[in-house]
Amino acid sequence: MRIGIDVGGTNTDAALLGDDDRVISAVKSPTTPDITSGVTAAIRDLDPPFHQVTAVMIGTTHFLNALIEGARLAPVAAVRLGLPATAALPPMTDWPERQRAAVGGHGYLCHGGREFDGRPLSPLDPDELRRTAADIAAKGLRSVAVSSVFSPVAEDDERRAAEILRGELGDGVHISLSHELGRIGLLARENATIINAALRDLAAQIVESFGKALAEVSITAPFFLSQNDGTLMDVDFARMYPVATFASGPTNSMRGAAFLSGLADCAVVDVGGTTADVGILQGGFPREAAGESEAAGIRTNFRIPDVLSLGIGGGSLVAPDGGTGPRSVGYRLTEEALVFGGSTLTATDLAVAAGRADIGDRARVAHLEREFVDRALARIAERLAESVDRMRTSAAPLPVVAVGGGSVLVPETLPGFDDVRLPGNFGVANAVGAAIAQVGGEVDRVFQVPEGRRASVLAQAREEAVGRAEDAGARRGSVRVVDIEEVPLAYLPGGATRIRVKAVGDLDLNHIKTGATAHA
Amino acid sequence: MREITLDNLDDIARGAGILGTGGGGDPYIGKLLAREAIRRHGPVRVVDIDEVPADATVVPISGMGAPTVLLERVPNGGEELAALRALEKHIGRPATHLAPIEIGGVNSMLPIACAAQAGLPIVDGDAMGRAFPEAQMVLPGLIGVTNSPMALADDKGNTIIVDAVDNHAAETIARAVCVERGCQISCADTVMRGDQLADGLVPATLTLAERLGAAVRTARSEHSDPVGAARAMLDGIPLLTGKVVDVSRRTEGGFARGRAVIEGITDDAGRTLELDFQNEHLLATRDGATVATTPDLICVLDSETGEPVTTEGLRYGLRVSVLAAPCDPRWTSPGGLALAGPRYFGYEVDYLPFGG
Repeated sequence: MRIGIDVGGTNTDAALLGDDDRVISAVKSPTTPDITSGVTAAIRDLDPPFHQVTAVMIGTTHFLNALIEGARLAPVAAVRLGLPATAALPPMTDWPERQRAAVGGHGYLCHGGREFDGRPLSPLDPDELRRTAADIAAKGLRSVAVSSVFSPVAEDDERRAAEILRGELGDGVHISLSHELGRIGLLARENATIINAALRDLAAQIVESFGKALAEVSITAPFFLSQNDGTLMDVDFARMYPVATFASGPTNSMRGAAFLSGLADCAVVDVGGTTADVGILQGGFPREAAGESEAAGIRTNFRIPDVLSLGIGGGSLVAPDGGTGPRSVGYRLTEEALVFGGSTLTATDLAVAAGRADIGDRARVAHLEREFVDRALARIAERLAESVDRMRTSAAPLPVVAVGGGSVLVPETLPGFDDVRLPGNFGVANAVGAAIAQVGGEVDRVFQVPEGRRASVLAQAREEAVGRAEDAGARRGSVRVVDIEEVPLAYLPGGATRIRVKAVGDLDLNHIKTGATAHA
Repeated sequence: MREITLDNLDDIARGAGILGTGGGGDPYIGKLLAREAIRRHGPVRVVDIDEVPADATVVPISGMGAPTVLLERVPNGGEELAALRALEKHIGRPATHLAPIEIGGVNSMLPIACAAQAGLPIVDGDAMGRAFPEAQMVLPGLIGVTNSPMALADDKGNTIIVDAVDNHAAETIARAVCVERGCQISCADTVMRGDQLADGLVPATLTLAERLGAAVRTARSEHSDPVGAARAMLDGIPLLTGKVVDVSRRTEGGFARGRAVIEGITDDAGRTLELDFQNEHLLATRDGATVATTPDLICVLDSETGEPVTTEGLRYGLRVSVLAAPCDPRWTSPGGLALAGPRYFGYEVDYLPFGG
């Protein structure tokens, strides 16, 4: 029996799943500032047979929120290996002032790094790193982010630099390595690494809070945090790689939608109070954004799902002309919506007036003209359909699964999409998504692909990805490749090709390597 | 525009992305480099072609290599200046002005960074009026200006002078050096006298890039049509507005070649546009008929935002508007078409006169 929990900014959702993967019970309860009490409350509401729980999976937005607020971040020493290259743009060059100030803006440029094909860019200089360590120690910094040019091609320099720095700074120092966190694109990968380093102390606290919450309800089973890509990390991994949880919210919703509807390939519309997020599932996993993404105004390049957000949710304000959103009453829905005795016409009121939902007091929306309600709801349906159409990956018919508290706004068919499903437990899809998370492994590097050798190079990349998933705790034999991307490097002869392969498998509770790295 | 400051870099980069016709690399890193250089050294003075003295020594500055490498092995920042100094030493006189060799993509930004560092003015014009992939694809070649001597610099401080027998040879030598030095080098080449600029450069393209970028930005903030604003600025014609429904890519002869299929929506419903690309968009075929070819500009913009879409960024579901804009008329001469016409790129199609 497993428990999935999604700790959002407003609600903590929880679901209890049986060993046959059926949802036994599900609850929503308010998120609390101390985390612990909200999580214990949610678990108590689920009322599970505590001693039969074998694992708890938690999705959380805490780390992303900390970055956005620029609060609770530790100062970081950002050590980059790449001289004489890269000096033009030192670490944190392109950061917003608030976040830069929050992490202290300490950047160090050192020698090391590779060329695109793995040749050394310049030799690592141990003395230079020792001098750097002395300065880091003098500044009292305890968290270090190490990035190295083309480390996704060859990671050795980052590892050696970490050893030298640890030797000088002692075992208590936190070291984050860029090749474990991001892809090709130095500044974006380095940014993700610095953010990770800044979150290490907070990660230790949060993990402790979750542990305390489980201890309070006498659950002794291991717990895991869910990552951006819908796979799991264990507690040790979570302490080391908190940044990998950033986009787990939308991922869990989509994975939960796939699971609840039984569809591996579909569009998911997750309607909350303020926004509707549209994503695409391929083989049960969210399609990922192609290039770089922004977190709190900082360019990063870790794996996040490709999500299109539009300003339509259950709390969206409805204008006199029938236009809905993007302004919303948000969490004040139960005070301000007409059906709850408030004075604001919201999208939820439209759904109740049309008889689609039975929420609050229907009599309070009886005065709304039917023609107005139908027109406003039709417009919402059109905009949702447009977004789904923008996101889909082929012209083939595609089922749409609606989840989230606001999914009463989604009608039985959308223009151009005849197959719309609202599965049971749709309101806690994110908690279910956390509970069913798997274990993954990825490879992302530039491979040399000589004429006629494409198949064998791809096979090698697939094998590496599968191996990484197994190392991370996936059951042997359950691992499959879910995504392959090949992009030849432009303007160059020689067949240099960037290949990315992602593999996932079922969590093997008996064979988890503590702190194993699931990343390329 | 008399000066390039921190305030107009964004507009120039956006406009240069559009003029890059899908290639030329994402100007993002270039923009950061130009920004850092201007922060340290101050704004860059811009001069019109007809303001440059006849005996001036004008040096175009560029980067050569793979945009992916630029994103990873970020420059040292001194490469362009090192190439310039090596060239000056070789020709025995200092540069008086710098210029972009191409206005499309990242190469719009590198000469700005170099001009700030060198304290030299930059000429408002470039040698292509767009982006092309190879070093000999420049207008000065048509009036007998050679790209040799060509100075190359890497990020380690190495410099190389290429004195080749012709512009194609210089391109192949530079490309080999580029790969050996990690797929990203800087170049100073195609030296011109001031009195050769009128024939050798496309005039006022820095200004055009800035206006184009500003027009798109303004239209977006006013909730009017950014694609229409770009089209008007380019004297372009719309080819199709639609949705990307298929993209295929293959590596051929060292280049990433591909084809995208775009299905028309709204006014263009029922029509189909096929785009052939090789770093840049080179050929547009609508409902089976060729409607635009290189060297004219084929620009793909995001229908909603007006942001340029690179050939690497093309993917299913993207809503795009495809425009054609006329290239500089010198490109359509027999010599120009031999350098950058569709047949040079291996397509079995003749150049289609613009709008024909």
